[in-house]
Amino acid sequence: MSFLPFAVAAWLFVIGLYGIVSSNNLVRTIISLTVVQSSTYLVLLGVGYVSGGKGAIFADITQVSKAVDPVVQVLVLTDIVIEATVTGLLLALAVQAHKRFGSLDPHDLRALRD
Amino acid sequence: MSRRARLALFALAGGGLAAVLVIGFTGLPDFGAYHGVYGRIIDGIGVTLRHGTDLITLLNFDVRAFDTLGEEFILFASVLGIVLILRQLRGERQEPHKEEAEEHSFARASAALRTLALGLVPAIVAIGVYIVVHGQITPGGGFQGGVILAAAPLGAFLAGRYLSMKAIAPHLLIEWGDAIGAAGYALLGLSGLVFAGIFLRNYIPLGTPGHLLSGGQLDVASVFVGLEVSGAFLVAWTQFLDQAMLVRGGQQ
Repeated sequence: MSFLPFAVAAWLFVIGLYGIVSSNNLVRTIISLTVVQSSTYLVLLGVGYVSGGKGAIFADITQVSKAVDPVVQVLVLTDIVIEATVTGLLLALAVQAHKRFGSLDPHDLRALRD
Repeated sequence: MSRRARLALFALAGGGLAAVLVIGFTGLPDFGAYHGVYGRIIDGIGVTLRHGTDLITLLNFDVRAFDTLGEEFILFASVLGIVLILRQLRGERQEPHKEEAEEHSFARASAALRTLALGLVPAIVAIGVYIVVHGQITPGGGFQGGVILAAAPLGAFLAGRYLSMKAIAPHLLIEWGDAIGAAGYALLGLSGLVFAGIFLRNYIPLGTPGHLLSGGQLDVASVFVGLEVSGAFLVAWTQFLDQAMLVRGGQQ
C-alpha cells in the first residue's frame, strides 16, 4: 500500500504520454501534457508526506504537532503555475495553427511535414 | 510515421519507461516514512522565525522569496507570449458579431441562471481578496487568491455579456494590474536591499502570529502577486475570448 501513490504517479506519466502520442487533436495533446505534469505533483506530495502528519498550517494546531513537509508543497504550487503558463502558450499556438491550416489534427500541419 | 507504427513504438518505449519509473520509485522511502530534514526544521521553527502560520505562504514569500520572483516573471513572460502569438494578423479585424458579443447565451441558459452568474461577481471578488490577504494565516495567498479574483469578470461573461465583461475588466486596467504586480514584487525585493541590506529580506514588523497584520512582508508580497496573477490570467483569457468572440477575417 505504501507504494501506491508513486505507482499512480508512474501510471499518470505513462498514460499522459500515450495521450500525446496517440492524439489526433492538438487540444487533446495539450490536455495530455497536463496529465503528464500532474504526475509530478503526486510524486512531490508523496515524498513529503509524514504518516499521521497534519497540513503545515499552524493556525489551529500547536507548533509541536507532527506536520507534513511544506517545502515540497511550495514546489507543487510553483509547478501548477508553470503548468498554467505552458498550457496557455500552447493553446495560443493551437489557435494560430487552426487559423493557418483550418484543422487541429497534427497530421494536417503541413509546415511540419515539408 | 503512420499512426500504427507510432503506437507500436510507444508501446515499446512507454513499457520500458514505466518499468524504469516503477523500479526508481521503489527505491524511494515508503509513503509516509519521511526522512527529509528541511521540512522538519521549517515545521519546527517557521512560525517563531517569521510569525506566519501558513508555512506554504511563509516559504513562498519569505524563505524561497527569490524563487517566487522568477516564478512570477515566468508567468509574466508567458502572458506576453500569449499576447504576441494572438496578435492581430494581416487581414483580421475586431468586430462584435451583434448577437454574439453583446448578448450570447450558453446552451440557452435561463434568465435566472444568468442573473445568478452576474450576482456572483462581487461575491467572487470578496472571496478572492479574503484569500489574498489571509495567505499568511490560513491556506491561500497571492497565487490562489489571484486566480479567484481573475475568475470574477468571467461571471459577466457567463451571464451572457462579453462586452460588459470587457467593461468590468478593460484591457488597460488588467495590463496595468499585471505590470504593477510584477514590478511591485521586484521593488519589494529592492526595498529589502535598501532597508535590510539583503534582496527580499524582511524588514517589515512581524506582528503577532495569527493576526491579519503579521508575517512582515508576507502580506505585502501576497497582494502584489495577487494583483499580478489576476491581471495575467485576465489578459490571457481576454486574448482567447477575443479570438472566439471578436476577431473576424484573416487568411485561411
